[in-house]
Amino acid sequence: MKMTTFAALLAATTGLAAPAVAQDLHFPMLNYRTGPFAPGGIPFADGYQDYLTLINQRDGGIGGLPIRMSECETAYNTERGVECYESIRGDNPLILQPLSTGITYQLIPRVTADGVPLHTMGYGRTSAMEGETFPWVFNYPANYWDGASVAINYLLSQNGDSLDGKKIVLLYHNSAYGREPIPTLESLAASNGFELVLIPVDSPGQEQSSQWLQIRRERPDYVIMWGWGVMNAVAIQEAANIRFPMDHFIGIWWSGSENDVVPVGAGADGYTALTFHGVGRDYPLYDDIQTYVVDRGMAAGNGDQIGSAVYSRGLYAAMLAVEAARTAQELAGHAQINAAEMRAGMEALSITEERLAELGLPNFSAPFDVNCQNHGGGGAAMMQQWDADTQTWSLITDWIQSDRTLIGELATADAAAYATENNITPGCL
Amino acid sequence: MLYREAGDFKTSYASDNQTFPIRFDRYAYWVVMAVAFLVLPMVMNDYWANSIVVPFMIYVIAALGLNILIGYTGLLSLGTAAFMAVGAYATFKLTTAFPAMPIYLVFLLSGLVTSAVGVLFGLPSLKIKGFYLAVATLAAQFFLIWLFTRYGWFFNYSSTGQISMPERSMFGVTITGATASSTAVYFTCLIFTVAMAWLARNLTRGQMGRTWMAIRDMDIAAEIIGVNPLIAKLSSFAVSSFFVGVAGALMFGVYLGAVEAGEAFGINKSFLVLFMVIIGGLGSILGSFLGAAFLVVLPVLLKILLVDNLGWPADLARHLEIMIIGALIIVVLIAEPHGMAALWRTIKDKLRLWPFPH
Repeated sequence: MKMTTFAALLAATTGLAAPAVAQDLHFPMLNYRTGPFAPGGIPFADGYQDYLTLINQRDGGIGGLPIRMSECETAYNTERGVECYESIRGDNPLILQPLSTGITYQLIPRVTADGVPLHTMGYGRTSAMEGETFPWVFNYPANYWDGASVAINYLLSQNGDSLDGKKIVLLYHNSAYGREPIPTLESLAASNGFELVLIPVDSPGQEQSSQWLQIRRERPDYVIMWGWGVMNAVAIQEAANIRFPMDHFIGIWWSGSENDVVPVGAGADGYTALTFHGVGRDYPLYDDIQTYVVDRGMAAGNGDQIGSAVYSRGLYAAMLAVEAARTAQELAGHAQINAAEMRAGMEALSITEERLAELGLPNFSAPFDVNCQNHGGGGAAMMQQWDADTQTWSLITDWIQSDRTLIGELATADAAAYATENNITPGCL
Repeated sequence: MLYREAGDFKTSYASDNQTFPIRFDRYAYWVVMAVAFLVLPMVMNDYWANSIVVPFMIYVIAALGLNILIGYTGLLSLGTAAFMAVGAYATFKLTTAFPAMPIYLVFLLSGLVTSAVGVLFGLPSLKIKGFYLAVATLAAQFFLIWLFTRYGWFFNYSSTGQISMPERSMFGVTITGATASSTAVYFTCLIFTVAMAWLARNLTRGQMGRTWMAIRDMDIAAEIIGVNPLIAKLSSFAVSSFFVGVAGALMFGVYLGAVEAGEAFGINKSFLVLFMVIIGGLGSILGSFLGAAFLVVLPVLLKILLVDNLGWPADLARHLEIMIIGALIIVVLIAEPHGMAALWRTIKDKLRLWPFPH
C-alpha cells in the first residue's frame, strides 16, 4: 500500500524506526518480567539473553556478525504481545519466541503473512508441527501432545504396561495452553482404558480449594498438571495439604521449576515433572557462562536464576536459535541472513550428540532433525523429580519417546482443518 | 481570542441547538475530521496505526457505550468486557456460518446480538440500582465468560477454545485477517468510531437521552412526570450494549484476530473501560475520547519514550509505567473529580472570556 512508502519516508526523515541495513543479526526478545507469570518469565528471559551474550562475548557473534538483542515486555498479555510484534516487525527480526501460547495464536497468521519465523519450543499450537501447513512456525523439539503421550507412556511403564481401570485427573490452566493436551489424552484414554477426569483452574489460579476437593472425591490414581505461573505452587501446596502421593503427581515441563516446589518446602518432596532437556549446572557450558557473562558483569536480570530449570530452557531455546542461524548462514553462503534464510536454516536444523558435546551441553537434549514435513522435532522427554532436602531436580528416567503415530494423525487432522479454514494449500516453501 | 463569539448569531432553533454552538469548535471539528480521514492515513506508519490508533478507537466505542449506561442513565455496570465478548463471539459465529455476509453487516449484527443479551442482563435494573446492580452485572461478566469457555458450540469445537478471525473482504479490500493492510483496518475503525460517536451524541441530546438523564437524576420524579422507567432503562442497556458489542466485534475482528474469552475479556477489561469513563468524564462524549486516550495511548507513548528513546530496561519501564499512570489518575481525579471533560469545560469557559475575565 501507499502507507508503507510514506511510513518509510517518515522513518527516513525522523530516524525513529527501521534503522538502515546494519551488519548484525536481530534477535528480538518478547519477555515478561512483570505480572502474575513473571516467576516463569524471568528465568527463561535470563537464560535466553545470557546465551546470546555468551555467543557475542566468546565468539564475537554468529559467523562474525554480532547478535543485536532488543527487549519488549509483554506481561503475558496478548494485546501487549501484538503491540510488541508490531514494534519489531519492521526491524528485520530473525526469530520470535513469545513464551506464551496465547500470543502464539495471535502471531501465527501475522508471521505467516509477514514472513518471520516463529519458534514455540514446547508450547504454542501443537499442529504447527505440520510444516507444510505452517511453514513459518516451528515447535521442535517437543510439543504438548508429546508431553501428554510421554506422561502416559511413563505411567504405563510404572504399571506393567497397562492403565486399565485407572483414573487420571488432568488439572489444567483454563486457557488455550491448558486445553491443548485434552484431545490427545482423550484419545489415549480410549486406547489404554483409563478414565480421564478434566478439572479446569481459572487463570491465574491462586484459588484451587474446590478443585482439590473434587480431586479428593474422585480419588484418582494419578494427577497430571498443565499449569503455569502461580497456579503451580498453589496446586502442589494443595496436593501436599491433602497428602496426595507426590510421585503420583506429574507436571508438564512448564510446571517443573524451582519456583513451583520451593515454597511448598518438604511437602513437595518427590513431585515429578516432564522435561525435554537436562537439569542442573553440571555442563561445561556453564563454566563459559560464568567466565564470559557473569564475571564480566553482563548477566541478565539479577543473575540469580542461573542453573534453574526454566533458565536452562531459555538457554536451550537460544542455543537452538543460534544453531539454526549457523545452519542458515551455511546454506545461504553469507553471514548477513534475512528472515527467509533463517527459516530455511530452522527447517534444515540437525541437532546431534556430537554437536551437543561441542557446544558444552553433552546429552542435554535428545538428538533430532527438522525437515519441511516435520517442524516438531523428535518428541522425546524425560522425567525429573524434586528432592526437597538437597533442593535439586534429578532425572529419574532416560528419554521416553512419545507416540508419534497417534500424534501425527491428530496433528494432520487439525492442520487440515486449519488449512481449509484459511485457504492454505499445504506445501514446502 | 480563540473563542471569539462576537458576530456569531443564532437565528434559528436548529442553529441554537447544534452540537458545536461555538464557531471555533465547529471549525476544529472539521479540521479533526479532515486530519483523521485525509492526512493521518498518509503520514502514519503501520506501527502507529495498528498498535496505537486502532485500539484507541475501539476503546472509544466501548467507553461511549458504557458512558451511555453509567454517565447518562446512572446504571452502574461491571459487565462491559463480557458484553464485548458477546460481540466478538457473535462475529465469529456469524462470519463462519455465513462467509458471504458483508463484514460490516456482521459487525453491526453482532452489536444487535449484544444488545439483546444486554437487555436480558439489564432486567434486574428495574428492581435494583447502585452497587447492587453492579453486583448483578458482575454476574453477567462471570457467567458469559464461563459460557464461552465451557460450551464448544461458541468456538466451533476448536481444541483450544480460541476463536480466530478468518479473512474477509469488502469491495475487494481485505478488512480482517493478517493480510489486511493497516489502511483498511484504520478506515474500518475510523468509520465505525465516527458513526458511533455521531449516533451517541444525537441519541443523548434527543428525547431518548433526556429520559435517560431524567432517570439518572431522580427515577421517582422521572416516573411521576411520565417517563416510563422500563423503557428508559432497558433502552439504555440496549443502546449501551450495542456500542460495547460493536467494540468487541472490532477488537476481535480487525485488531486482535484471535481471542480467548477469559484472557481477552476478563474482569480487568471491564474495570479498564469503567476507569476510562470515570477519568474521561461521566455523561460526556468528549470524555470517552479523553479517557480512552489516557488509558490506552499514554501507556504506549510512555513505553516508546522510556524504552525506545531512553533505552531503559523493558521491565523497569513497565513498572514505572504502572506507577506513572496510577499517579496521574490520582492527580486528575483530585484536580477535577468530574473527569477530564470537566477540566476541558472549565478551560473552555475561561478561554471564552479571555482576555477580559470580568
